[in-house]
Amino acid sequence: MSDNLEKIVSEICTRYGNDASRMMDVVRDAHARFGFVSSACADAIAAALKTPRVEVESLVSFYAFFAAHPRAKVVIRLCNDIVDVMHDGHKVWETFEQELGIKTGETTKDGAFSLEYTPCIGMCDQAPAALINDVVVTRLTADRAREIVRELKSGSDPAGLVKEFGDGNNAHELVRAMVVNNIRERGAVVFDAEDMQPGTGLKNALAMSPAEVIRAVKTARLRGRGGAGFPAGMKWEFTRESAGSFRTVICNADEGEPGTFKDRVILTERPDLLFEGMTIAGYAIGAEQGILYLRGEYAYLQPFLENVLNERRASGLLGQNSAGKAGFNFDIRIQMGAGAYVCGEETALISSCEGLRGDPKTRPPFPAQRGYRGQPTAVNNVETLCCVTRILEKGPGWFSQIGNGKSAGTKLLSISGDCKKPGVYEIPFGITLQQLLVKAGGADAIAVQVGGPSGSMVGPKDFGRQICFEDLATGGSIMIFGPGRNLLQVVQKFMEFFVEESCGYCTPCRVGNRLIKERLDRIIAGKGEKTDLAYLEQLVEMVKAASRCGLGQTSPNPVLSTLKNFRQCYEALLLKETGGMQPAFDLKEAVKDAENIAARASVHC
Amino acid sequence: MSEKISFTIDGVALEASPGQTILEAADAAGIYIPRLCKMKGLMPFGSCRLCTVLVNGRPQSACTQPAGQNMTVENNTEKLNDYRRSVIEMLFVEGNHYCPFCEKSGNCELQAMAYRFGITAPRYPYMFPDRDVDATHPDVMIDRNRCILCGRCVLTSKAVDGKNVFQFTGRGAHKKISVNSAAGLGGTNLKVIDKAAEVCPVGSIIKKRVGYAVPVGQRKFDARPIGSEIEEEKVK
Amino acid sequence: MAKPKLATASLAGCFGCHMSILDIDERILQLVELVDFDKSPVDDIKEFTGRCRIGLIEGGCCNEENVHVLKKFRENCDILVSVGECATMGGIPALRNTIPLKECLDEAFLNGPTVHNPSGRIPDDPEIPLLLNKVYPCHEVVKIDYFLPGCPPPADAIWAAVAALLEDKPIALPYELIKYD
Repeated sequence: MSDNLEKIVSEICTRYGNDASRMMDVVRDAHARFGFVSSACADAIAAALKTPRVEVESLVSFYAFFAAHPRAKVVIRLCNDIVDVMHDGHKVWETFEQELGIKTGETTKDGAFSLEYTPCIGMCDQAPAALINDVVVTRLTADRAREIVRELKSGSDPAGLVKEFGDGNNAHELVRAMVVNNIRERGAVVFDAEDMQPGTGLKNALAMSPAEVIRAVKTARLRGRGGAGFPAGMKWEFTRESAGSFRTVICNADEGEPGTFKDRVILTERPDLLFEGMTIAGYAIGAEQGILYLRGEYAYLQPFLENVLNERRASGLLGQNSAGKAGFNFDIRIQMGAGAYVCGEETALISSCEGLRGDPKTRPPFPAQRGYRGQPTAVNNVETLCCVTRILEKGPGWFSQIGNGKSAGTKLLSISGDCKKPGVYEIPFGITLQQLLVKAGGADAIAVQVGGPSGSMVGPKDFGRQICFEDLATGGSIMIFGPGRNLLQVVQKFMEFFVEESCGYCTPCRVGNRLIKERLDRIIAGKGEKTDLAYLEQLVEMVKAASRCGLGQTSPNPVLSTLKNFRQCYEALLLKETGGMQPAFDLKEAVKDAENIAARASVHC
Repeated sequence: MSEKISFTIDGVALEASPGQTILEAADAAGIYIPRLCKMKGLMPFGSCRLCTVLVNGRPQSACTQPAGQNMTVENNTEKLNDYRRSVIEMLFVEGNHYCPFCEKSGNCELQAMAYRFGITAPRYPYMFPDRDVDATHPDVMIDRNRCILCGRCVLTSKAVDGKNVFQFTGRGAHKKISVNSAAGLGGTNLKVIDKAAEVCPVGSIIKKRVGYAVPVGQRKFDARPIGSEIEEEKVK
Repeated sequence: MAKPKLATASLAGCFGCHMSILDIDERILQLVELVDFDKSPVDDIKEFTGRCRIGLIEGGCCNEENVHVLKKFRENCDILVSVGECATMGGIPALRNTIPLKECLDEAFLNGPTVHNPSGRIPDDPEIPLLLNKVYPCHEVVKIDYFLPGCPPPADAIWAAVAALLEDKPIALPYELIKYD
């Protein structure tokens, strides 16, 4: 048995050149083979990759999709983000629990099923959703959950759960997903197919010098679409000018911000546009290697995307003398993630590509100076790279005149929550929230979360604000909350998410978010008092200022923005008078165990 | 390259060589910027965030941020010191720090930092986590109750001892220090003379049979606050 | 004018902090000039006789009676001070906080290697206060105004604190007097 294990592990490691920096792939394959990474398996991997075993443990224990202990053959991951909650997710989860006879977090005695919660899987427009192994199931109901369990128990493969395929490439033989695109509005840059001429952008780029390509991107005023809005041309210029033995283009497709799913639709419907953009980026910065970092939740798209890459290789667009350009040898590999939101942070993403736990790196140096394997690296968002292709195809002038004059181009918005038409909207920059709400059929909203949990919660008095870099900058997640929604419950959910997803590297984020969550829970339980608001404000400010990376620097935003825009929600719950006591202390609760043990009641309660 | 960089900390002008961090330059000038994870001779890790300063108004960790020409650094301000108290208090409530019987008491950098800031009790609630002790090694033990996840042992084992005894496992609240053997610390190649066995700022990695050797009153931080040795440079 | 009153209590502590109070040596004569002791083990007054200026609390809350006493102190004292590590963070008794109560009792009264308990029962006389699920620092049960760290806090720290409070000044301990051990 153990010889066998070593042999299999050795084969897997050989597949990746026994290169320790490919440990993500090695562990992923070993996991797929054995269901978990046992201690013996960790030893075998360590031996083959010539790396300490604790490094293997370190990686395995970091990612939610990896386990060091046996997991069931079928792992059902219930997406529990706020939009799923709003769409009666609880009924679905309870049904799964009842039908399987276990609680979420447990495995059935026969080892057949595990139930787990997972944060947003990028299906908010078709919630409630779940991942059953790699298979995505959407629009779940209690009845459907019952059927799913019945089918799985009768031995059916999870892939067999998909009865009807979604639209477009979701029905492609390499995808075969029930996921739907929900493209509600097509804009001129990404989804308007009318005038798109595949290959033209790349051809035009290769006819220019790399410096000219960078200038074109600068002239187009293209800024990063991931949320931070850094000028793409400037990023490329820094990368190109940094000394190094090689350079790398990385596309960040770790779309993990709850409520966003537009990259999923791009990857499904416009993969060539993206890969063309990566190739142009490679040419511009002088890279030979591109990496698409694909979040583990989108594993169902991997075979399809690999196939697109193979087709591009076959037609000469990738590989030696790419697209016929002598001396330009560019190729792309897909790096799968494994369930870690923090890997959307570019330096954490690089760590993950290097076969490490997804810890963000110290900055400076910035990736443009020293990124992937210590060499200059440009990390761009999926949508940004699609824009690049179109800019090179149609010219920077064409691109920069789209938008509101300041922010150029279109923005893909992922809209979900309380609205009639959830889905992806490609809209020129400058649209107001009010206009957007009307389009989506959610005009009665009481609040809108712009930019996901790390963004801000906006109230009706600010619905006149514009989506653009100068006003409401966003990576594209728009969650709509209608009348009657409990906004503090939303905030609570978001903080739960950040507590779960903090990498734990730095003190403020690792501890501070838990403390914020504790006090929020206390207030929601009706045990808060006025001083708790000042307490929260101090924590929020400190965690934002002192955290090491973008996760911690934005994680208190749900509390910060609601304390500002919805303070009355907090105030309504506060106790007026505490008489010197700590309202959170509950004597009844504290003596309950002893009462049970002694079989008598407390005389003090 | 040898040109000096001029910048200020709290209005005091000082110089740095290219590549030198704000913290290193401050140390040389006798200005103390509080820190826990940073240790002389080790790559900065940047985990504790105690050395957070404002660089031209923006928060940065002084241990990782290179000094830059004409930078304006704020260090000893009311606000930053409040953040620092927060960091210290967070570390205290996150673990189980029983100073009264800890071998490291009096020589502990976390405790000393709390003394320096005059902290009498944390404002945050104690978490009382359930953590374990590894006593499998004949000469050295790990008490994870006291670990503040600074990373010194990890870096030192790699960079100074040329071993790989320590590494972090887990994520977020579950992050912990682990060792390179399924059998515990005793299964690793750690030797009691290794540098990694003595860099722990708190009482988490301690040598066996040498506790309480120094009487109360003569321990490292009994009389002088942590950082005094750097501040005294200024007087010279 | 009547002297201000001072009350003290030892909850889940070891009386070490009270020993440290007595350790102020001859200054105790000064202290009785300045204050009257009210409810305290020092004079064995069991119930509050009136409003107190200062309450000094040793020990955290490990049982229902500790909670009751602490609440009475909060009701009857203008200023409440947590004295020592146990009052402040639970101290040694809080070592049980990571272990379920039932397991603690079983180990102490049934399964421990040195236990001799032919009855096989966990003590359950109604006179014995029920234990809490864990040991609580005092400030997690009632509002606490000041903390004197130490195990025990040095007598000088206690003296400095009480003297300051009697002069209506906030407690500000110098470096030498803030010690957690």
